[in-house]
Amino acid sequence: MRLTCPLCGERDIREFSYRGAAVALDRPAPDAGEAAWDDYVHLRENPAGESRDLWHHESGCSAWLVVTRNTVTHAVLKCELAADVKGAAR
Amino acid sequence: MHYSAFKILTEGLSGNRGWKPHWRDPEPKSEYDAVIIGGGGHGLSTAYYLAKNHGMTNIAVLEKGYIGGGNVGRNTTIVRANYFLPGNSEFYSHSLKLWEGLEQDLNYNVMHSQRGLINLFHSDGQRDAFARRGNAMINQGDDAVLLDRDGVRRHLPYLDYENIRFPIYGGLLHPRGGTARHDAVAWGYARGADQRGVDLIQNCEVTGIDIENGKVRGVQTTRGAIRAKKVGIVVAGRSGQVAAMAGMRLPIESHVLQAFVTEGLKPCIDHVVSFGMGHFYISQSDKGGLVFGGDLDFYASYAQRGNLPMKEHVMEAAMTLMPMIGKARVLRSWGGIMDMTPDGSPIIDKTDTDGLFIDCGWCYGGFKAVPGSGYSFAHLMATGNHHEAAARYRLDRFRTGRGLMDEEGTGSQHNLH
Repeated sequence: MRLTCPLCGERDIREFSYRGAAVALDRPAPDAGEAAWDDYVHLRENPAGESRDLWHHESGCSAWLVVTRNTVTHAVLKCELAADVKGAAR
Repeated sequence: MHYSAFKILTEGLSGNRGWKPHWRDPEPKSEYDAVIIGGGGHGLSTAYYLAKNHGMTNIAVLEKGYIGGGNVGRNTTIVRANYFLPGNSEFYSHSLKLWEGLEQDLNYNVMHSQRGLINLFHSDGQRDAFARRGNAMINQGDDAVLLDRDGVRRHLPYLDYENIRFPIYGGLLHPRGGTARHDAVAWGYARGADQRGVDLIQNCEVTGIDIENGKVRGVQTTRGAIRAKKVGIVVAGRSGQVAAMAGMRLPIESHVLQAFVTEGLKPCIDHVVSFGMGHFYISQSDKGGLVFGGDLDFYASYAQRGNLPMKEHVMEAAMTLMPMIGKARVLRSWGGIMDMTPDGSPIIDKTDTDGLFIDCGWCYGGFKAVPGSGYSFAHLMATGNHHEAAARYRLDRFRTGRGLMDEEGTGSQHNLH
């Protein structure tokens, strides 16, 4: 598996570390309540198919990426800067 | 049919014409008292103990593939009870005791071999941690022996004791640890369940779970609808998808774990050995293949195959620890789907739906739990009460934060185990 960092280009997966489903982009408010925080911290869609994960280009430019990929085939469909995804959502 | 040495003799003298298939291949009935979704090791042992311990014989196991075709037939076969935390400690201790009587109980040779398991340590800090773990094991009533460097050398003369970067300080020996033949465990439980009247329905994928007024009514499958008063979900890596059919979201991410096997060699590795400075653990199968594994690839995956970086890590660790392995050729590698929980410990619990139960989250350690998990899950499904050995495997511990069992002490969040 190789990921294409928008800043650095296509790189070996060893350069990246995985942070799990890209739920961190929708962090609940501090007072959102127990259910919202349980959902955010623990519960997962865990899709067999297309997923959106957060990856950190740890040994590269240190950017956070939102990677859209297929968990069944390991096909990487899209790599975006998390900052851009978060900005577009606003 | 009862298996025995006498049976082998008489069959051998009469042309082996009397052997029968291990289990029937029945059509699914329209209704059962209970249905188990998933015919892996845990599902089969659940069905077996439901029938044997609780007299529930009008039950079915629904398997989308074939018996023994999933992770139960593709793992590193290690059986041990060397856990540290309350919750895990009593559960795996109970499971190991079931293993020790399993072959007589099932009348089936699962090739359970208590050859001893040695976890190596490579620093003073690791020695202290393993001494503490060993004490916890002894307190639980299991066995542990702290070996110094010479003690390890007497057991494992083939390791590299001259390695400067990762010196071997000693090891924690768990004499009752060992291995078993994984697919024989599936076959033995399947046969035992079938003999007690359980229907094992293969090639039968569950496509929906019927719920009315908060109570489970049955399941939809590729072989028709089946009504059931109780339904147990025991589907390991696919837990997320099956739970979604009941409207549930689980604290689980599915990851890939790789393992490897070499060509058959003459006996050279007598124990189960784990390296303490990298992810590598190894044993030798009775066919002679060296069976070894590593850590997760560390990204969510259902591909049932991993990528090269973890393969490279495992091979490097192997060469570091036992350079002789460089002469062996790797025949196969495979990747299993692991249902990872945030704290790395499993779940055996009821759900919010009446009559719907779930057994999942075995992470990368489900094989040794096969007897204990089925025993406890059957107890829960039959009586509605948690079995004392698995009483702490609650689904709500993540929501409440009470009773988390983070065996590695890395934190109770996804991607840390």
